[in-house]
Amino acid sequence: MVIEMKEQIPLIRVENMKKYYPVKGGIIPHTTGYIKAVDGVSFSIMRGETLGLVGESGCGKSTIGRQLVGLEEPTEGNIYYKGMNLSEMKKEERRKIRTNLQMIFQDSYSSLNPRKHIYEILAQPMLYHKVSTRETVEKDILKLFDMVGLSKNVLGRYPHEFSGGQRQRISIAKALSLNPEFIVCDEPVSALDVSIQAQILNLLRSLQKELHLTLLFVGHGLGAVNYVSDRIAVMYLGKIVEIGRAEEVFRHPVHPYTRALLEAVPVPDPEAEEKERGILQGEIGSSAAPPAGCRFHPRCPYAAEICGKEEPAMIKAAGRRDWAVQTKKAADGAEQTAKDADRTAQTAKGGDKAVQAAEIGDKNDAAADMDGIDNGHYAACPRILDK
Amino acid sequence: MKDTEYMKNRKIATESYRQTIVRRFRKHHLAAVSLGVLLFLCSAAVLAPIIAPYDPDAMVGPFSGAPCREFLLGTDQIGRDVFSRLLYATRVSLLVGVMATLISTAIGVALGLIAGYFGGVADMLIMRFTDMVMSFPYILLVLVAASIFKPGLWNIILILGFVDWPGIARLVRGNVLSLRETNFVKGNIVAGMPLRHILFSEILPNTVAPILVYATSVLAISMLDEAALSFLGMGVQPPAASLGNMLNGAQSLTILTSQPWLWIPPGLVIVVLVIAINFVGDALRDALDPNSEKR
Repeated sequence: MVIEMKEQIPLIRVENMKKYYPVKGGIIPHTTGYIKAVDGVSFSIMRGETLGLVGESGCGKSTIGRQLVGLEEPTEGNIYYKGMNLSEMKKEERRKIRTNLQMIFQDSYSSLNPRKHIYEILAQPMLYHKVSTRETVEKDILKLFDMVGLSKNVLGRYPHEFSGGQRQRISIAKALSLNPEFIVCDEPVSALDVSIQAQILNLLRSLQKELHLTLLFVGHGLGAVNYVSDRIAVMYLGKIVEIGRAEEVFRHPVHPYTRALLEAVPVPDPEAEEKERGILQGEIGSSAAPPAGCRFHPRCPYAAEICGKEEPAMIKAAGRRDWAVQTKKAADGAEQTAKDADRTAQTAKGGDKAVQAAEIGDKNDAAADMDGIDNGHYAACPRILDK
Repeated sequence: MKDTEYMKNRKIATESYRQTIVRRFRKHHLAAVSLGVLLFLCSAAVLAPIIAPYDPDAMVGPFSGAPCREFLLGTDQIGRDVFSRLLYATRVSLLVGVMATLISTAIGVALGLIAGYFGGVADMLIMRFTDMVMSFPYILLVLVAASIFKPGLWNIILILGFVDWPGIARLVRGNVLSLRETNFVKGNIVAGMPLRHILFSEILPNTVAPILVYATSVLAISMLDEAALSFLGMGVQPPAASLGNMLNGAQSLTILTSQPWLWIPPGLVIVVLVIAINFVGDALRDALDPNSEKR
């Protein structure tokens, strides 16, 4: 953690991003309302990190991805790339950095032009951006093929001649061809069968390490997302409800929605005891008229009256969890402070570093108060229950 | 381009897109025959100056002579050779059809691309204008235009070209609307490719097939229109021959009843041309559709 801290400016930082789509209606068409696909989302991604974005269909996770690569403009809020605000950039500048932000799509069939063979699909952007020259382009493409595990005799073929897994490899090669720093993977394995999914996930993971890529991995399969991600953000109805390091979110989910998602993951063991699963009741709310207060409260098993009135803010989860444990044990606050200090010291391994880490931690806490984002574990539920 | 690795691989790896189309096209026997007929008529028209035994505008034989060895299809009321005139008339009709189709396709594709890709105000303006052009009674519009401008071969081509485009514009717009949302177009936008690449290299090639099919029907229609216009005296002006004004010259009852060589050949050529073009268009539709056959 401490080592990662030294890069202070995140590669990607999203600040209060909102995306509303107007709904037209009436006899004389006019805007009658808005679909709030993304409604105030903030997070940051450090260089070399993979952030997983999970949530039900229609919760706005793909919309975030599309805005990061510039396919859509946010209605409100800012996206920072290396500290530069993308929406304030001039067109020319934007064009220049555009190739640094690439995307892999879910449906690999429609992401390759059916009228072009693979060589054309890959070579044209490389030649246009002068990543490669006419003489070297073929060698460069073969290098890419080597990276993504394709044989060289596929160059002259058309997209329909490939299987889904191969097409996704080609898509990955296409995304990599412009030497990007950041890639949005929009459910890259959802359309593939399970064995191929594993191959593609492994490929993405090894590529990420090899090329020191930064990824935003959008998906609805928790297992796949957890496998590739360093951190995970859980979305519900256009908002992030929980964000934190992958193993923490997985082992100690805080938000009731995250818990429900995790419980819904089937256990691939026929011998396993049939444990009682808290399957979620009801449907995901409407993003045109999201529920008041906490958006999850109509489906939340722990909902109280206040949940329907006040919109919960992001709260540091680790502390809260301990707090919950403490109240149970009826321990006092001083002990907690000591515990926290202990932990900081442990992580930093050494006195000097402990101070440093504590300082950074403080700074992060301050930042967190501002916009609710850092590398810590946060959740948007003040009634955190440690069940 | 030198024979690079990928070209070599291509040759062994797969049949090209063109080969696929040819193979699928040949499955339609009727269309294959039609293509043969079309090629035959086209070459006859192109080679008219060589094949034609007489000058089409010169009086070379007896008035209203029946077909004989000297005049294969007889002669008309003022002694011109019908066979020679037929060859030149086919030439004119094909020229009008092809040129008018090219013009209307170019206009339709350009407007359709703009309307479909940019949407918004441009789309609204272009499509309303398209509706406006379409809502005029077609033949009336052409007649009015033909009477305002001096009737003549090139004016006819231009008039037909500027009237036939709305169908193609609508077709292209619809295709572009759906192609614009595909991942490969989005992927190329993300890859920072310029607009001209996205429009002409990604979108247009994927909508060529329906354009081609539609263009064949425009070709047939504009040849019919030329015939109709010339028949009404607003088209190609005598003495130049066109299929329409050959029919125009054969209107009287005596000719219709007793001199069938004056109206059957041009009528037959029109029918055969239009039917053959339509068959070819149908077969093209099937051959170019990537979903028509899973390989």
